[in-house]
Amino acid sequence: MNQDQSPWRYAVNIGLIGALIAVMLALIGMVEAFNKRDIIYKVVTMGNVLLLLSAVFLSYLAAQKAGRERKPLVFGTAVLTSVMTAAGIALLVVIGKSINLRMMFINASPSLYQILTFYYGPKLGIPLLLFSGALSGLFAGLLYLAPAVVRKMLITAFSTVIIAGMLQDMLRPVISLWGPLARINLFLFAANGLALKGAVGLFVLVALLVYLWQSKGGTVKTRVEGLPAGQQRTLKLASMLVMALILLVLPKILGLFLSEVLTIVGLYVLLGLGLNIVVGFAGLLDLGYVAFFAVGSYVVAILTSPELGFFSMGFWSALPIVVAAGILSGVLLGVPVLKMRGDYLAIATLGFGEIIRILVLSDWLRPWIGGAQGIGQIPNISVAGYTFTTPQQVYYIILAGCLLVGFISWRLRDSRLGRAWMAVREDEDVAQAMGINLVATKLMAFATGAGFSALSGAIFATKIGSVYPHSFNVIVSINIICLIIVGGMGSIPGVIVGSFALVGLPELLREFAEFRLLVYGAALVAMMLLKPEGLWPDVKRSRELHIEEEENEAEAAEAAPASG
Amino acid sequence: MLQRIRERISPTDVVMWMIGGGLLFLVIWGSIATLIKGTYTARHWIDFVIFGLAQGSVYALIATGYTMVYGVLRMINFAHGEVFMSGPYTAYFVAAYFYRNDFLEAQPILCLGVIFLVSMAVSVTIAFFLERIAYRPLRGAPRLIPLITAIGASFFLQYLFRGLYGSSFQAYPDIAMLEGHWVIAGIRILKFQAVVIVAAVVLMFALYSFVMKSRIGKAIRSVSEDKEASALMGIDVDKMISMTFVVGGAAAGAAGVLYAIMFKQVHFFMGFIPGIKAFTAAVLGGIGNIPGAMLGGIFLGLVESVGPSLFLDGLGIVAPYQLKDAIAFTMLVMVLIFRPTGILGERLAVKKA
Repeated sequence: MNQDQSPWRYAVNIGLIGALIAVMLALIGMVEAFNKRDIIYKVVTMGNVLLLLSAVFLSYLAAQKAGRERKPLVFGTAVLTSVMTAAGIALLVVIGKSINLRMMFINASPSLYQILTFYYGPKLGIPLLLFSGALSGLFAGLLYLAPAVVRKMLITAFSTVIIAGMLQDMLRPVISLWGPLARINLFLFAANGLALKGAVGLFVLVALLVYLWQSKGGTVKTRVEGLPAGQQRTLKLASMLVMALILLVLPKILGLFLSEVLTIVGLYVLLGLGLNIVVGFAGLLDLGYVAFFAVGSYVVAILTSPELGFFSMGFWSALPIVVAAGILSGVLLGVPVLKMRGDYLAIATLGFGEIIRILVLSDWLRPWIGGAQGIGQIPNISVAGYTFTTPQQVYYIILAGCLLVGFISWRLRDSRLGRAWMAVREDEDVAQAMGINLVATKLMAFATGAGFSALSGAIFATKIGSVYPHSFNVIVSINIICLIIVGGMGSIPGVIVGSFALVGLPELLREFAEFRLLVYGAALVAMMLLKPEGLWPDVKRSRELHIEEEENEAEAAEAAPASG
Repeated sequence: MLQRIRERISPTDVVMWMIGGGLLFLVIWGSIATLIKGTYTARHWIDFVIFGLAQGSVYALIATGYTMVYGVLRMINFAHGEVFMSGPYTAYFVAAYFYRNDFLEAQPILCLGVIFLVSMAVSVTIAFFLERIAYRPLRGAPRLIPLITAIGASFFLQYLFRGLYGSSFQAYPDIAMLEGHWVIAGIRILKFQAVVIVAAVVLMFALYSFVMKSRIGKAIRSVSEDKEASALMGIDVDKMISMTFVVGGAAAGAAGVLYAIMFKQVHFFMGFIPGIKAFTAAVLGGIGNIPGAMLGGIFLGLVESVGPSLFLDGLGIVAPYQLKDAIAFTMLVMVLIFRPTGILGERLAVKKA
């Protein structure tokens, strides 16, 4: 992608990529799986949205190359790109109709071709496909040329409609819980997806809100900032109180299924916060993190489950031992890898994680830890006679864990130790030269992370009631790494955002589950290429990643007056 | 004097040497116990060794890809295992087509040739685009970033192929020519294992002479020595990095077919474990060093095949074969700890210092 490439050439390249992506989305079965969900009832399905979005996004990229001044060129390149994307699908339909692709690609079913041609058959469907491609290109061009406010309005409104349509199953019961609001449901939703009038209404409403925020929001912000320090603090306190209240009553509002999702997200937040210390703060890429999770789960299982018959402690008396075991295993695995850096460390920790999983699975250790059958009958957590069994109840345990761990890592970040971690992350040699004890610092990172992980492992084991080796696959480690990176390495709110985006969303959209790791992989690559600091970056980290750009800008700024 | 020694050795070193020594002791003790017990006859050992050689030569071929990429880019191409998987998985459909039309019976050699070519072509394509899309924009980024990208690409490719071809195991059709066994110098050797070993050795030889003798090979080696100087000598560095991925991809594609011949099945996850093992082999031989990677691969294959029966059995471990992957991973960790430069990796160690 060199700079002096002509916009047309660039558009053709992007168009080819678009065609490839569209064909891929169709062949891996994503379009068909998503097609079952209507975003707007009988108008647009999620499968259509998927293809349309990729076409619009890519043509937007192509249009950017043309530059705002040359309007015909903007539309030309954008339309070319999206028509090429549509043509890719058309080609797939033509080929698929004449050759049986299903011998190789299991998802190339007749119903896929029907979906791709809008159920009109190829003769009418293909022109329609190309036409809708051209339309999305025009739309992308318009979006690019529109003033910033309008663009923001359109993008936010469209995404709200799409998200509302996607999450209909959750929104509907939640809204209907609040008696008087139940009418909204009738207006908003149809049998499957949004009703057309509901979608239009939502679109207009959101667009208006965005417009108002754009024109008035700035003044609100400056007014808040203009308040005296004391009032600002009360405001902050009040908003925190409201947040706390919402967190406390959340399971009551959300119902069983959503609470279950919340507990899963919460567990990943716990795990993520622990790994965030190792990866985000100290910069030690640990791919065997799931091992500590396993240690926590297994220790709690061995100590509390009557099935094995060694011990049958209560959860609370076992907990200190579990966390201690986690910390100990963190140190034990940390010592050998002390001298390794970067990629070697990642591979060695991956090796450790796999060794532990294989050992747990083996028949050799079966009398002690249950082998492939795992350990069952782990009792639920109870406090003063009150047992936490349903997801709505377990939620509070996890919430308490998250708050505790969040608080600890927030305090650690700004402590002497936290600053030492970040120094090690940026440059080990320099950190050592500054008098930081590398051994102690790194071991502390491993130990803290492992302790948190063991804690979440213990909660996980009691929540499920049993432990199996298959829960501790390397994929769990990868999931956690993904959510940290997508949220923003070293950022505590980033972990929460990442967990909701990468764990919560796939739980809500069952169609999505199959493509979860595909999307994770793509998200990791895309994040690294486009936004390595993550969605909610840590301020320091983000500056470090962009330090070269800043320096370049500064140099350019210095050079400009000299030359002029 | 004693003081100086004490300063040089940190407590963590002592712990590490104790762990290493302990493991070594266990291995030796277990081996002796097994040999005294005499559960296995010479025939068994020979079978283990031949299987180990066959498996090891596949690892060796994959390992060359890791080592070459590490040589030019100083990064672990974590997705190389998926490059290895993509070829034979795609070629499976060609093989199945030949099998259905009885072509595989009639022209086994021709068919195998086509299968090899298809597999190599697919792997090369994947490797090429992987570098182009995922790695090239990240040249010069902090070290962790390309690694994370590679991990992402690895999972993306795995699940892409899962989506395309399905998640079930696909059984490679049997090739009648490779059934049965030969007896060479009194040693009974399964035909397919012999073919795998011979093919792998031929391929390794071809690869090695390509890298050592051809213009492109020389340019690749020059880039891995010094990018700036190579660019000044008129070498297109970007193109040579692409070529490295292409050559590594071709080796991985060929290794994939050999793997499929040996284990008779393909699956979207088949690249992950062999990938890590081949990486182990590359580290074992000294990463960046092609003959080292080949030797490391064969060594790892042997240890994995002989090890469970040799020393785990002697230690009284139940079902030792379940732990063969654990042996490979333990070796990986041990090599990374005690000799990260590998057996033949002096060159790189000198350069880093």
